[in-house]
Amino acid sequence: MMRFDSALGLEARRGPVATAVKVVVYAGMVLVFTGPLIGLLVSAFSRTLDPTSFSLWPDGFTLDNFVQAADKNVYRYLLNSFVVVGFGLLLQMLVSVFAAYSLSRKKFRGMAVVMLIMLATMMLPEEIIAIPLSLVLADLPLLHADLIGTYAGMILPVGAWGFSILVMTEFMKEVPVELEEAARIDGAGELRTFFTIILPLCRPALGVIGVFGFTMIWDQYLLPLIVAPEPGMWTLPIALRSLRSDEEVGIGVLLAASLLALLPSIIAFLAFQRQFMRGLTSGAVKG
Amino acid sequence: MGPSVTLTQAPPAPATSRRRPRRAPRRGTLVAWAFLAPALLLFLYFKFIPMATGLVMSFQEIRYLDSTWVGLDNYRTILTDEAFTAAIRHSVVLALGTTAGSLVLGLVLALLIEGPARYLWFVRTAAFLPVVTTMAVVAEVWRIMYHPGDTGMVNSILGWFGADPQPFLASEHSSLLSIMGMSVWRGTPYDMMIFLAGLVGVDRTLYEAAAVDGATTWKRLRHITLPALRPVFWILFTLAAIRGLRVFVEVYVLTNGGPNGSSEVLMTLVYKLGFQKGELGVASAGGILLFLATLLLTVLVQVMRRRQAA
Repeated sequence: MMRFDSALGLEARRGPVATAVKVVVYAGMVLVFTGPLIGLLVSAFSRTLDPTSFSLWPDGFTLDNFVQAADKNVYRYLLNSFVVVGFGLLLQMLVSVFAAYSLSRKKFRGMAVVMLIMLATMMLPEEIIAIPLSLVLADLPLLHADLIGTYAGMILPVGAWGFSILVMTEFMKEVPVELEEAARIDGAGELRTFFTIILPLCRPALGVIGVFGFTMIWDQYLLPLIVAPEPGMWTLPIALRSLRSDEEVGIGVLLAASLLALLPSIIAFLAFQRQFMRGLTSGAVKG
Repeated sequence: MGPSVTLTQAPPAPATSRRRPRRAPRRGTLVAWAFLAPALLLFLYFKFIPMATGLVMSFQEIRYLDSTWVGLDNYRTILTDEAFTAAIRHSVVLALGTTAGSLVLGLVLALLIEGPARYLWFVRTAAFLPVVTTMAVVAEVWRIMYHPGDTGMVNSILGWFGADPQPFLASEHSSLLSIMGMSVWRGTPYDMMIFLAGLVGVDRTLYEAAAVDGATTWKRLRHITLPALRPVFWILFTLAAIRGLRVFVEVYVLTNGGPNGSSEVLMTLVYKLGFQKGELGVASAGGILLFLATLLLTVLVQVMRRRQAA
């Protein structure tokens, strides 16, 4: 009896040859895509290090690399990364839910234009505007503040993200209006209705924009490169490059720092996997 | 449902009815804009003002605080200068190669691991890890793996199959290709996952009907599965091509454009010109050109999709 669960119908094929082929293919896939990362994980704790290769099998266990990392300011960079991602994500999520509330609930003149603006921003990644952005950050129009070398310079530009706003807007459209109108008739103000009625109902979508925002901010490279000329303000990803070729310490510190830069996003992904997949498909399908 | 419907249709309470009808809509609009204000302000400051500044600067020659209007000179420089045309060529090659490689491999892998079994879920999750890994880390890891000596990791693996050690990033002939290899490694699982989502939507009764008609697996794939995936394919193509054109971190970390400019792409060149040589005008024009290419590509793919659908 054939089953039709998939295009190739591989799962339906049993028997020793089919099973062997499947095992080889699946094990190969896991090895190819996780091998380099496992190599990094193992090598970072390994006692002896070959600068040309990773050890897939641990050669003794040591925390030396992580101890030496302290001398190279790695934990300072890690702290900077956490400050930026912490405040950046908080700001980004607040800005997104506020904007989405307006776009999904209110009807007003100019709404179509606002939607268009949101979409347009997604065509303007920081690579395209890097050079002028650095000038704007050095001297904000009207406010005349200099954000170069500050956390604010790395946080504010990621504060509004079209993707988060659109995902949130789509979700809020599905939340029934009746609840909130009931609250309003009970005399609750706009902000109270928003925080006590709407936001709790949006928890699944908050997970989606939370985990995507986290990965997006954690992965920022060009922005901190522009904003933080001094090592004291570097985030971990941009600091990696400077840890590379140190004659005394070899590649141990680089591996330890790379692992520290890798873990938070992997943990966020594994913890919020379902939300991540949801956001992935909705984001791709809606452009 | 009953009570809430009557609630929404109930007339406003008598106490407020005198003022409400005229003020309510205006107050609603005000609230709407207030909630939108943070997003719009941030976009204005960090997207639109920089974009406008960049556009103005792209027509100027900027020396310290002086700027003179030079018309299209900066654009002319970019389109005729040898370093720039090479960088544009590298960007396009890298974008096309990465896009095509990730799409084909992503599709093949998606077909191989489609299915509801628990162990397939594990394979998918494991394979997806490169996508969520910070780009800078991916690049450092691959830089080590690409070590040109015969003890380098990739070279050791090649050695098992009897291949000679390759110089990878160290040679002018293979640097761009090596970067492409890493980008395909990171891009494939993403495409795979989106294809998988598309495969879920394929009508199962069609497979059954094909089996009744005695169609081979290849025919089923060719006439049912692949046509159903066409919209997904175009979305992935656009996303990947745009991402490929504005590639920066991969090249900056792996080779910084070297050796001898063989892997220099548009964005690394713009970065060097803007931040190291202070050629802000030309660098801005590079950014604007990249934006135009992105815009053109998006519009083109949209038009093609419309035509195909019609």
